[in-house]
Amino acid sequence: MDGVHDMGGMDGFGKVEPEPNEPVFHHRWEGRVLAMSRAIGVFRAWTIDTSRYAIEQMAPAFYLSRPYYEKWFVRNQNLLIEKGIIDADEVAAGRALRPAKNLTRGPFSLDDIDKVTKRGSFYRPAQGPAKFKPGDRVRTKNIHPHTHTRLPRYARGHVGVVERLHGTHAFPDSVASGKGDDPQWLYTVRFDAQELWGADAEPGLKISIEAFEPYLEHV
Amino acid sequence: MAEHNHEHEHGEGSTLTEMDLRVRALETILTDKGYIDPAALDRIVELYETKIGPHIGAQVIAKAWCDPAFKQALLDDASKAVATIAQQVGRVGEHLIAVENTPRLHNMIVCTLCSCYPTDVLGLPPTWYKSFAYRSRVVKEPRAVLADFGVTLPADTEIRVWDSTAETRYVVVPMRPAGTEGWSEAQLAKLVTRDSMVGTGLAQNPSEVV
Repeated sequence: MDGVHDMGGMDGFGKVEPEPNEPVFHHRWEGRVLAMSRAIGVFRAWTIDTSRYAIEQMAPAFYLSRPYYEKWFVRNQNLLIEKGIIDADEVAAGRALRPAKNLTRGPFSLDDIDKVTKRGSFYRPAQGPAKFKPGDRVRTKNIHPHTHTRLPRYARGHVGVVERLHGTHAFPDSVASGKGDDPQWLYTVRFDAQELWGADAEPGLKISIEAFEPYLEHV
Repeated sequence: MAEHNHEHEHGEGSTLTEMDLRVRALETILTDKGYIDPAALDRIVELYETKIGPHIGAQVIAKAWCDPAFKQALLDDASKAVATIAQQVGRVGEHLIAVENTPRLHNMIVCTLCSCYPTDVLGLPPTWYKSFAYRSRVVKEPRAVLADFGVTLPADTEIRVWDSTAETRYVVVPMRPAGTEGWSEAQLAKLVTRDSMVGTGLAQNPSEVV
């Protein structure tokens, strides 16, 4: 979707302000939200793509004005309700009002920590040969789906060079739409800055994206 | 930062208190229903506050500076290479890719669409990495962004920005500072800052380390 989350190349957000000696969490609740997000992961109630799409669908004014972990919290709570893991009246009451439905395993416990503090694999079996190889010139498609995509606006409809081939991965555009993994070849595609930003672009700058094969066409 | 200032503007019934209550309520519901054990949440917070952080990446980089074979393995397949020293640095997941800075090339990492970050080796991302300013600007004007960090590169250094738009995760191998010949890996690791592994900084010079 052409959402406000797709920020590459926008102007007006001001300077980048690093915070010296920044703590990992600025408030206790932020750590609890992060930990709950990780813990919920073991139940496989939704995927990383679903969770990103949920944040993208937040109203632009909300997205732009609320703290990072508040968005995570709202996403978690909404998805937990949507998936029937908790109910809206329980949120209103601030406590559980009925037993868990479809709880097929015990609680997320200390034994599960290793499963969620290291990244899993997104490799999936290839469905066919790769269409492109490193060195190929490719054009990104000019697509504007209303659903989730990982092809940023600034890199649509531009010519670049395939630099790396990463194997086949679960395809976020499909996964977030509830249509399954639909594994696709994943490439690093490199663009000259002039191709993306015009003649006034910073000289000597190259930008790359990670592009799934359906985003690309032969030049 | 716009995202952050907001929560200090409320006065009575601040976002802090309201968020504490809302988050506590959700944790209570999930605990009561048997989905989570709060002790496990405590442990996750503790891990990210004390165990999973940029010191992991710093050890990896220091080893790469000292051991050419390891550096080549790291550049070929970072997940695999780091797995060979898991005893030392802990376990690292899939799809990690290391890219090397040289006198001619400076690499920078971003996620313009959300906040993808090489968490396994750097821990959770700092606020600036998730900020709208960084996400919007670094793909278009990286030298101006570097200036915000007090970093100036030679005019003829090529800049390469890697936008993490899939599940691959990039980490920068900064250049080894001059004057560190004969240093041990442990000494060198102290020079490797988080920002140098994202590309918004350089490794520290010996004179910068007290």
